[in-house]
Amino acid sequence: MIGQHPADLGGHGGGGPTEHANPTETQMEDFTNTHILVGEFELIEPHTLAQASESLRTHAGEAVIMAGGTDLLVGMKMEHIRTKYVISLGRISALKRVDTNSDLVIGATASIRDVAHNSVVRQQYCALAEACQSFSTMQIMVMGTVGGNLCNASPAADTAPALLALDASVHLTSGVREREIALSEFFTGPGGTVLSDGEVLEHISVPAPSLSTGSAFLKMGRVAADISKVSVAVTVVRSEDRVRQCRIALGAVASTPRRIVAAESELLGEKPTISGISKVSQLVQQAIEPITDVRSTAAYRRHLAGVLVGDAFRQAWLRAGGGEIT
Amino acid sequence: MTARTINLNVNGEHKEWSVAENDLLLTELREREGLTGAKYGCGIGECGACTVLVDGQPSLSCLVLAQSVDGCDVLTIEGLARGGELDPLQIAFLDQAAVQCGFCTPGMVLMGRALLNEIPDPTEKDVREFLKGNLCRCTGYSSIVRAILTHRR
Repeated sequence: MIGQHPADLGGHGGGGPTEHANPTETQMEDFTNTHILVGEFELIEPHTLAQASESLRTHAGEAVIMAGGTDLLVGMKMEHIRTKYVISLGRISALKRVDTNSDLVIGATASIRDVAHNSVVRQQYCALAEACQSFSTMQIMVMGTVGGNLCNASPAADTAPALLALDASVHLTSGVREREIALSEFFTGPGGTVLSDGEVLEHISVPAPSLSTGSAFLKMGRVAADISKVSVAVTVVRSEDRVRQCRIALGAVASTPRRIVAAESELLGEKPTISGISKVSQLVQQAIEPITDVRSTAAYRRHLAGVLVGDAFRQAWLRAGGGEIT
Repeated sequence: MTARTINLNVNGEHKEWSVAENDLLLTELREREGLTGAKYGCGIGECGACTVLVDGQPSLSCLVLAQSVDGCDVLTIEGLARGGELDPLQIAFLDQAAVQCGFCTPGMVLMGRALLNEIPDPTEKDVREFLKGNLCRCTGYSSIVRAILTHRR
């Protein structure tokens, strides 16, 4: 699966080898963990992105990109992933940046923890801060990366709904050609992205929110460190006491993390009320396509999605400077 | 596959290792250096028993390629005591009887150390948040949390 998508997830906060309606969904009998890396491969550790792109071109189709390695190496130990070349981005220091001068720019290998700890992210990009703060375990937060979390394209990737709700874009480069696409266009299915062979995610950018913007991220898992059953992020832009803009994104309820555009327009130009929010929740529940798996049933995911969307909306509205919704 | 020579510090001592691409940091620590404090637990980043500090940051050594720690400082539980004196946090673990079978203990102590280096005066919530990736099947965690909290006083 990863072979076609040269990318590695940075974490258990929405990863696992596969997830959600995937034909290769992990069953217990697949856990043939050998405790060593049985496959042989060559490790390439470029110091610049240009060198990484060149290696990727040279070894097209035979290489995977490694960011934090917390998911790639698990896949390789279990022999779900076999590859001839591993190109690690770990020594490219420029990719570790978290830049908040104007728009938020997150380099491909910025760790989950660096984003979670960034004071500007905590103040202005609350949904992302919350997704990163609640991400898996401390060790995975230190090792795992936001870029890897996106590129591994788990339907349950925790940073994805937050970044979708914050209207993020991803910047992809092949060393020859660069392109920027909306994150909402990035995911194609479980483990699948639009990254073509030879392309690397260089950074993620998030437009700076206005003062009257608020966002929130909420998730529910079985235990603290587990992958989410459902995750929700909401951004609201307020104009006086009315909703000027709204973005709602969910994880683990469809084949990719996705925005629910049908529900976003419901309250536009309106004053949010309890009944208005329940209508939004209902629209979300109608639009999602949850499945039943080891973590939850489809029915519970649908129920939970409605509850979390309502809670996240109220929280985002408060942060946008709106009051309690009655 | 080509073995490569890497240079690193393990518990303050310079080491030169010749390692293959698919060698893991944990295996090298245990089998080459005989530092068996870090444990091979789950192997997939779920249990925290293999935790060591790489450049001061808690890392799962079962998911770290040995070649990628070239130039790094690695601290294992064996390096925490200085000149035969236990780290005060190790003493706190003894005082609180925060050890039963001991398998998780090296990871727990190193996570506690990493936390205290960052937040000298943590709350119980900080401690539990920091330790959520370290599983213990004996103690029920209370004594471990208490050891870290009493140490700060």
